[in-house]
Amino acid sequence: MTARVGVITFPGSLDDQDAVRAVRRAGATAVPLWHGDRDLRGVDAVVLPGGFSYGDYLRCGAIARFAPVMAELVPAARVGLPVLGICNGFQILCEARLLPGALTRNRGLRFISRAVKTRIQNASTPWTSDYAPGQELTLVIKNIDGAYVADPATLAGLEARGQVLATYAGANPNGSADDIAGVCSESGTVAGLMPHPEHAIDPLTGPGDDGLGFFTSAVRALVSA
Amino acid sequence: MSAQDTGHQDTVERAAATPDRPQPHAELGLTGEEYQRIIEVLGRRPTDAELAIYSVMWSEHCSYKSSRAHLRQFADKAPPTTALLAGIGQNAGVVDIGQGYAVTFKVESHNHPSYVEPFQGAATGVGGIVRDILAMGARPVAVMDSLRFGPADAPDTRRVLPGVVGGISFYGNCLGLPNIGGELAFDACYAGNPLVNVLCLGVMRHEDLKLAAATGPGNLVVLLGSRTGPDGIGGASVLASASFGGAGGEGAKRPSVQVGDPFMEKLLVECGLELYAAGLVVGVQDLGAAGVACATTELAAGGGTGMRVRLDSVPLRDASLGPAEILMSESQERMMAIVEPARLARFLGICAKWDVLATVIGEVTGTGRLEMTWHGDVVVDIPPASAADQGPVYLRPAQCPPGQAALQADEPSRLARPATGPELRSTLLVLISAPNASDPGWVTEQYDRYVRGNTVLAAGQDAGLVRVDEQTSLGVALAIDGNGRYGRLDPYAGAQLALAEAYRNVAATGARPLAVTNCLNFGSPEDPAVMWQFTEAVRGLADACLTLGVPVTGGNVSFYNQTGEAAIHPTPVVGVLGVHDDVRRRLSTGFRRAGCRVVLLGRSEAEFGGSLWAYVAHGHLGGRPPAVDLAAERSLALLLTEASRRGLLEAAHDVSDGGLAVALAECCLAGGQGAVVGFPGRRPGEEFADLFGESAARAVVAVRPGAEAEFAALSETGGVPVTDLGTTGGASLEVTGSFAIPLEELAAAHRGTLPALFG
Repeated sequence: MTARVGVITFPGSLDDQDAVRAVRRAGATAVPLWHGDRDLRGVDAVVLPGGFSYGDYLRCGAIARFAPVMAELVPAARVGLPVLGICNGFQILCEARLLPGALTRNRGLRFISRAVKTRIQNASTPWTSDYAPGQELTLVIKNIDGAYVADPATLAGLEARGQVLATYAGANPNGSADDIAGVCSESGTVAGLMPHPEHAIDPLTGPGDDGLGFFTSAVRALVSA
Repeated sequence: MSAQDTGHQDTVERAAATPDRPQPHAELGLTGEEYQRIIEVLGRRPTDAELAIYSVMWSEHCSYKSSRAHLRQFADKAPPTTALLAGIGQNAGVVDIGQGYAVTFKVESHNHPSYVEPFQGAATGVGGIVRDILAMGARPVAVMDSLRFGPADAPDTRRVLPGVVGGISFYGNCLGLPNIGGELAFDACYAGNPLVNVLCLGVMRHEDLKLAAATGPGNLVVLLGSRTGPDGIGGASVLASASFGGAGGEGAKRPSVQVGDPFMEKLLVECGLELYAAGLVVGVQDLGAAGVACATTELAAGGGTGMRVRLDSVPLRDASLGPAEILMSESQERMMAIVEPARLARFLGICAKWDVLATVIGEVTGTGRLEMTWHGDVVVDIPPASAADQGPVYLRPAQCPPGQAALQADEPSRLARPATGPELRSTLLVLISAPNASDPGWVTEQYDRYVRGNTVLAAGQDAGLVRVDEQTSLGVALAIDGNGRYGRLDPYAGAQLALAEAYRNVAATGARPLAVTNCLNFGSPEDPAVMWQFTEAVRGLADACLTLGVPVTGGNVSFYNQTGEAAIHPTPVVGVLGVHDDVRRRLSTGFRRAGCRVVLLGRSEAEFGGSLWAYVAHGHLGGRPPAVDLAAERSLALLLTEASRRGLLEAAHDVSDGGLAVALAECCLAGGQGAVVGFPGRRPGEEFADLFGESAARAVVAVRPGAEAEFAALSETGGVPVTDLGTTGGASLEVTGSFAIPLEELAAAHRGTLPALFG
């Protein structure tokens, strides 16, 4: 049985087709989900793609969290549905309080698009089990609001509970607290990443294929579940 | 008084009854003769609303009145081709690339708004060209930008450049269009007149082609997208007039630069493509310069029909707007579609799904007249083609400026040249750290190149390369080039050299050059010297396109890029599109493998007129630009394409600004491998012309080990001269016996300039 992975399209989602491609390349069936439908179509996992949902007006992800589909997604995620938010998707998950902290304007105040070294810190989540702990990946960042912030107690708690999913391995590109590039829920099922794994699945069109592991990890976790 | 107070509107009836009422035609940019011509066309004075239509449609920007007579050469001299599905005159040209795919591409300027308000000026420039591509029925898939500014260290450049780049970044990134490359140049002549030229590429199936034609009387006219506001009234076309229309003096203070909303544009794109796919659109036109006036006249003229429009149905952001302002508003993110009544419900359903406002504002008629009403009163009644297609055409006086001969006689041969190894070394470091040749990463890292997952080559390469079909690996390469210094020295040759460089850059990826777009940036056409530059450039470009067999599919003219008497250098910017049979075999510029032979292709002469070296080292501009040899360009392109197809090369890079030395430095830095090169017969220190001369029709390649003999044979068959320079490898760029520069030092020099200037 192939895993069915939903990819939500919000108005202003941009990397949804890239996420669909990555899901397929990992061997799963990609199921398009629409922001306006209160329906997850029975998928086994969900990807919230990058982009500028609702124009990022008000605050990144602040409007998307109120989309009808989120009314279905949030409770499902709280009881174990694997969810990966990439870039804008990460911002939405933070706004929806599925993940702690927030993403703020990059140090330097400019949009940054480049390949970055990212280190896997927690390789025991459904999204990272195909990686080794400490493994360095080359992924892509492309955002203007990518600096992760949280209060010191939250940061300490994330660290203590293994919720730091990934960190920037080279120079911190945007001023993220503790070099954090991604975090996950306590159970590890809900994950948020600023770097884009879906843009690193083929050396022809990205910096390599290091990002495919996020999607194959999920497929493996879903099939064995 | 309120514009909605219909009792004060200037109706057709009132215009007929008050033939002598003075009208502000001059303030709207119309000459006395042009105003008289409108009266002849209509048989009465125009209403205020009609005057608004003619003033924007007959503006230089919309009517091409000073350039149209010359631009005909692009059609008259077009090479025979079967690749063109739609050509000049449409929103953008459409080219058959095989496998049932067609691509459409066009470059447009947003120079003046980008100086006034750099961020929004540049942002809305992206928005405008993207809607042009969407209006052809295509999905926009990539953008490129060609940017020119005043001196990099000038205070005003620090205002203009970050704003322009930020605007392009903001709009293009939010729209989800990868930026696949472009140009960045600086020259004092662009201070006060920056050039912001943006290219957009779209992809469609052949059968998806849409035309701007309102056909089928009874069909409905639907306005899509943003509400209409007072922004940008006359922005791209003419200056707004305080005394114009019924809105009173307040209107004059409103911004003439439009404000962009890329989120709305993204919705328009997705909504439009879904409407096309569902077969619900008869004809479509984007709203750009001249807004509703342009879309209605062009759709009606294109369809050979008439149209009745209720201007009071146009959804407004500002309820005080009157008919003339609604017609002239350049509010962004709007489209106009022609829809069959029976399909309207489905059409509106899709618009609602995307939260795109859609309003029926009129219908197609068979009368041949464009009629518009305002709360029941007829305020416009004109033959649409008189505004859209039959504007004035001027053959403005053109004369070679008196200083031109002296400029060409001022040969760079008199300039002091580096003559020792250490002098050559420092010359290379100076050139690759000059703003015009330094790494543009400060700019290009603000652009998303990855979105959509089909970008194979982008900034830092000779051309952008986009995959069109994931199964077959069919792709499209695009390069955009210009050189104002060459244009200033010889506008005829300068235009040809811009074309040749873009053509060569496309071939350097392994693609086959197929078609051309252009953006012709010049000073005032009312200056005979500028008009001479323009006519020479157009003639040069048309002649070269014919020789190279690549038709011009469309383009844009930007005049009045001048401050006072000082015009910019004549700067034709040329985009060339090529088709790549298999993007997996693309060539890139970087030396990534050691042990490859480094070979220079093409013939080298000591040509320094307009060169980067003369400009950077001496602040000199004089002499003649490099000789144009189109036959050699064609042979070189054929060789590069065939060598890529056979897999003979590891890297390829065109030789242009800064000559071979700069090209080699870029190859080393892009791939991380050094190179050791030498020039047979030269004593150390004598390599100046070899290293920095700018002869055209040249490229440097790294040959795949083992393929040397086959490549040599192919070059000989193709008639391309080859010079074996040396080998890739090591951690330095070394010219044997003269100098070596460690890659770290090269990189620091190349990459440090723009961050130091712009933070």
